[in-house]
Amino acid sequence: MTATTIDPANDTVRTGRLTETTHIPLSRVVRVELRKMFDTRSGFWLIASIGITGLIATIATIAFAPDQYLTYYNFAKAVGYPITVILPMVALLSITSEWSQRSGLTTFTYVPSRRRVVWAKTLSAVIVAVASMLFAFVVGAVGNVVGSTIAGTPMVWDLSVGHAATIVLGNLVSLSIGVMLGMLLRSSAAGLVMYFVLVLLVPNLSSLLAASQDWYAKLQAWVDLPFAQTSLFEGMHTGAQWAHIASTVLIWIVLPGVLGLRLVMRSEVK
Amino acid sequence: MITIDSLTKKYGASTAVDDISFTARNGRVTGFLGPNGAGKSTSMRMMVGLTTPTSGSATISGRRFADLPNPGREVGVMLDASAQHAGRTGREILTIAQQIMGVPASRVAELLELVSLTPIEADRRVGNYSLGMRQRLGIAAALIGDPSVLILDEPANGLDPAGIRWMRDLLRDYADHGGTVLLSSHLLSEVEIIADDIVMIGHGRIVCQGSKTELLQAAGTVVRAADVVALQRALAAAGLVAIVSEDGSIRTEADTVSVGRAAYDGGVMLTELRTADSGGLEEMFLELTADTRRERTAA
Repeated sequence: MTATTIDPANDTVRTGRLTETTHIPLSRVVRVELRKMFDTRSGFWLIASIGITGLIATIATIAFAPDQYLTYYNFAKAVGYPITVILPMVALLSITSEWSQRSGLTTFTYVPSRRRVVWAKTLSAVIVAVASMLFAFVVGAVGNVVGSTIAGTPMVWDLSVGHAATIVLGNLVSLSIGVMLGMLLRSSAAGLVMYFVLVLLVPNLSSLLAASQDWYAKLQAWVDLPFAQTSLFEGMHTGAQWAHIASTVLIWIVLPGVLGLRLVMRSEVK
Repeated sequence: MITIDSLTKKYGASTAVDDISFTARNGRVTGFLGPNGAGKSTSMRMMVGLTTPTSGSATISGRRFADLPNPGREVGVMLDASAQHAGRTGREILTIAQQIMGVPASRVAELLELVSLTPIEADRRVGNYSLGMRQRLGIAAALIGDPSVLILDEPANGLDPAGIRWMRDLLRDYADHGGTVLLSSHLLSEVEIIADDIVMIGHGRIVCQGSKTELLQAAGTVVRAADVVALQRALAAAGLVAIVSEDGSIRTEADTVSVGRAAYDGGVMLTELRTADSGGLEEMFLELTADTRRERTAA
């Protein structure tokens, strides 16, 4: 139908054509939340920066890294590093902007279940994460081929599927730090500050403490998330490493995440 | 239909919304009127599940908002037109609403046209919108799911007189098609232009409610005659209490019918006979809200 401006007799206002309603499927909420991650200038460039820094990292590796360093694992690692740093921010801002930009006033009236909205945002971030890592593995492969050819070194494909999977898992753990902080703080500024405190400051303090205190050195792997996470990126070898992951994820992500979800459910959206 | 039953919200010791009950009916525009800080926005947030009530309930066509399968298709909500991500375009905000509600994509262009936002304006970021444009966009987002109920917080805020008139026509038409409209305002003149029913709230309590006609009648009648003295005599003869204003008009608490009959019986020619307008209701508005304030101080 063609709507005609603001004629009061125009039935666009209330047509009765669209009365049938069914439950909103989760897939639709995920699709819309995914769209919302890209549809602002800041969101778009934040995600675009993953690709841009990934490309820069590849070129830098080719240009500056010593020849024996030109292996697939090192390329994939260089391209993947920005993902590890930036993706948690994408997930965090996706949640906090509903409060900081106050768009939650509409989002939570379209989908009253806040648990569903947060879950959809998490799934959207996972989709972006998986897509970015595929990108990293492909760019890494191209970098490896080009780099080895230029340097005249043999091509080394030293990344197993299993190792690639733990790298993906390591990035998903990072991403859930963003989700947890987003729910807990519900403020973009506070969330970003806490994120950098958690991933930059806390690990340094932790290693200082471990260097000086024997009792903590033994405990560190069980309570220091980035420390435990390193094995996911470098390669898992022992069951103890998995136990360390489980313990630190419980302490830093599950417990505060449960608290954060309660706050999200209860807080007043103004 | 919106049914509010003993809705209460307490923040610690203070009570923002104190046991309010009313019904916004189908086919009517209900104005939720009160001074700033009276509890209008808190009440509306409770209606749509953004704030949990301390006690009481709000239902829409008999169901809690949180239980609606696809709320946007049944209730159009605009609580704050400025509460949008400033970096999204107007069109994008409508597209998000259209996609989440699962209505045809053509609705976006239809609604933009309905609220008179041009394609160029629609592609600008809402951070650059004037308040009036945001209100129009908010109305479009509320209407896009073709809901049967509208809940609008201060929708006329930021609109120019032509915009308010446009909003009145739009909401009038919506109500005439059977829709229910609940809108809030802290300006009596706005509510008087747009609403059929008025619920007046002060300090979290309902101070009066009824149809606009009833409330206006309660505000009395203004009457003028060439011969003021003769008119006064005629009104007195009919037993009506009348007060002469400085400008020569006479105010009385009686309705227009009794005043007209009294003048006719007294053989007085009238030059004006009408229901006391905003002046009367405004007085009541101020008086009623001042009353609650005094009660509070006394208590």
